[in-house]
Amino acid sequence: MVIAELRNVTKGFGPVTALAGIDLEIARGQLLALLGPNGAGKTTAVRLLLGLSTPDSGAARVFGRDPRERAARTRIGAMLQVGRVPETLRVSEHIRLFSSYYPKPLPFDETVALAGLEGLERRLFGKLSGGQKQRVLFALAVCGNPDILVLDEPTAGLDVDSRRGLWRHIRNFVARGGSVLLTTHYLEEADALADRIVVLNHGRIAAAGTSSEVRQRAAARKIRCITALDEPEIAAMAERVSVRRDGLFTEIVATDSDHLVRRLLTRDPEARDLEITSAGLEEAFLAITEAKS
Amino acid sequence: MTRAIWMEIRCEFLSRLRMPRYSVSILAFPLMFYVFFGLILHNGKLDGIGAAVYVLCTMATMGVMFAPLMGLAGGISAERGLGWMEVKRASPMPPIGWFLAKFCGGMAFSAIIVAALFVLAATLGGVRMPAAQWGALGGALIAGSIPFCVLGFVLGYLVTANAAPAMINLVAMPMAFCSGLWVPVQFLPHAIQGIAHFLPAYHLAEMSETLAGATGHGSVASHVQALIGLTIIFAAAARIVWRRDEGRVHAG
Repeated sequence: MVIAELRNVTKGFGPVTALAGIDLEIARGQLLALLGPNGAGKTTAVRLLLGLSTPDSGAARVFGRDPRERAARTRIGAMLQVGRVPETLRVSEHIRLFSSYYPKPLPFDETVALAGLEGLERRLFGKLSGGQKQRVLFALAVCGNPDILVLDEPTAGLDVDSRRGLWRHIRNFVARGGSVLLTTHYLEEADALADRIVVLNHGRIAAAGTSSEVRQRAAARKIRCITALDEPEIAAMAERVSVRRDGLFTEIVATDSDHLVRRLLTRDPEARDLEITSAGLEEAFLAITEAKS
Repeated sequence: MTRAIWMEIRCEFLSRLRMPRYSVSILAFPLMFYVFFGLILHNGKLDGIGAAVYVLCTMATMGVMFAPLMGLAGGISAERGLGWMEVKRASPMPPIGWFLAKFCGGMAFSAIIVAALFVLAATLGGVRMPAAQWGALGGALIAGSIPFCVLGFVLGYLVTANAAPAMINLVAMPMAFCSGLWVPVQFLPHAIQGIAHFLPAYHLAEMSETLAGATGHGSVASHVQALIGLTIIFAAAARIVWRRDEGRVHAG
């Protein structure tokens, strides 16, 4: 069941086209990652879905409603990229204020637990670390007991530990039956969290599917072997190949790996220690966006 | 809903109270000016009232003008520019609570400024008035900060956070001058006297002077009418900027 969607949405800012006609659907219980480089249109898509801006054409719908309606807003929680939050309020004051906006908020203690803020309730926002601040913003997004969470680059600028901490809280929200739309340019993050990934580039959808489907679409494989052939020679064997030396080994990323391996073994029958793995999302992602641009 | 409004007002006050440096600077200027021009240079009478009373009216007007302009325009432009306002607008926050919180904050500052000036006037300035007159004057001045709250709201939506202090002064300083807060209006050139009639600070100062017993400053009713009219115009502008902001992208 689709609970939030963008339907054939375009949005431009002056001469710049932020979104060039995209469709996006978020199903109940799904964690959808919107993945793309800076300027791909991710934040624009989020703002449209939150009713913070209106599309030039097409429509944004949340539970079948215009997202600007209060009835839609009470069912969404949003975590946006914020430069600064009022620093002279305590964590508990921020949470209680936002809870008061919703008709059926979570109990205070539950919100605190969901965002991992135990023991920080009395702290002034300005005195928190970067990771703690992001968790407060996460708490403000979940405190209203929303059906869907919209998280715009929630872990931008966080260290590895804080990032993983926030992931755990996001997973907990999904485990309770919530849906999530998350934007990120951390490929690892989309891979680790999402049921479904939509790759956005230059305002268009470059690829969509589960994380393994997205990888397959790009069909990038990493081939590792010891070979006497030099780099330019290998690079010339197929299109979209990248080659690098790693000590004794040669590492090749290719979209048409079968073809490449066949030619490699024909040219160098002595090649050994051959290892073929599915490329990480990062490589797949680069292959997709480079192919489209 | 009422709970959300109450919480919003409470948080606005708490966060302001925890910024004493900011609060004190807003309070200090009108008091300082009053000491200079109302107490140290207190020579003679003007329009039938002593300088200590006359300057009390003009400096209190300045106080109830600057405090909401600084508080609302500065606060709102900062919240907008840094993305915080977006988080609030994405939530089901009832806008009325947020408006009320900002207005109550601005008016509370005005009330504190008026009270502090009254204490200075009654003690060091030796100003004597019947209790009812103090009450009417104080009430008029505090209520008189409403148009400035609305104007502060509009400015908060027109200027960026970095430019806010400079822009507020660019609006408020000429308005203070043209309204006769520093030099009585009758000593200003005719052209400026004409402009003064379109400025809320002029009407508020004139009304206070009349309430304080001065002659030749027009009836209270005429000034109240002018202030209400100007407030309606500012409110219409506020509605436009608030609506326009929906669907606007901020830096970053």
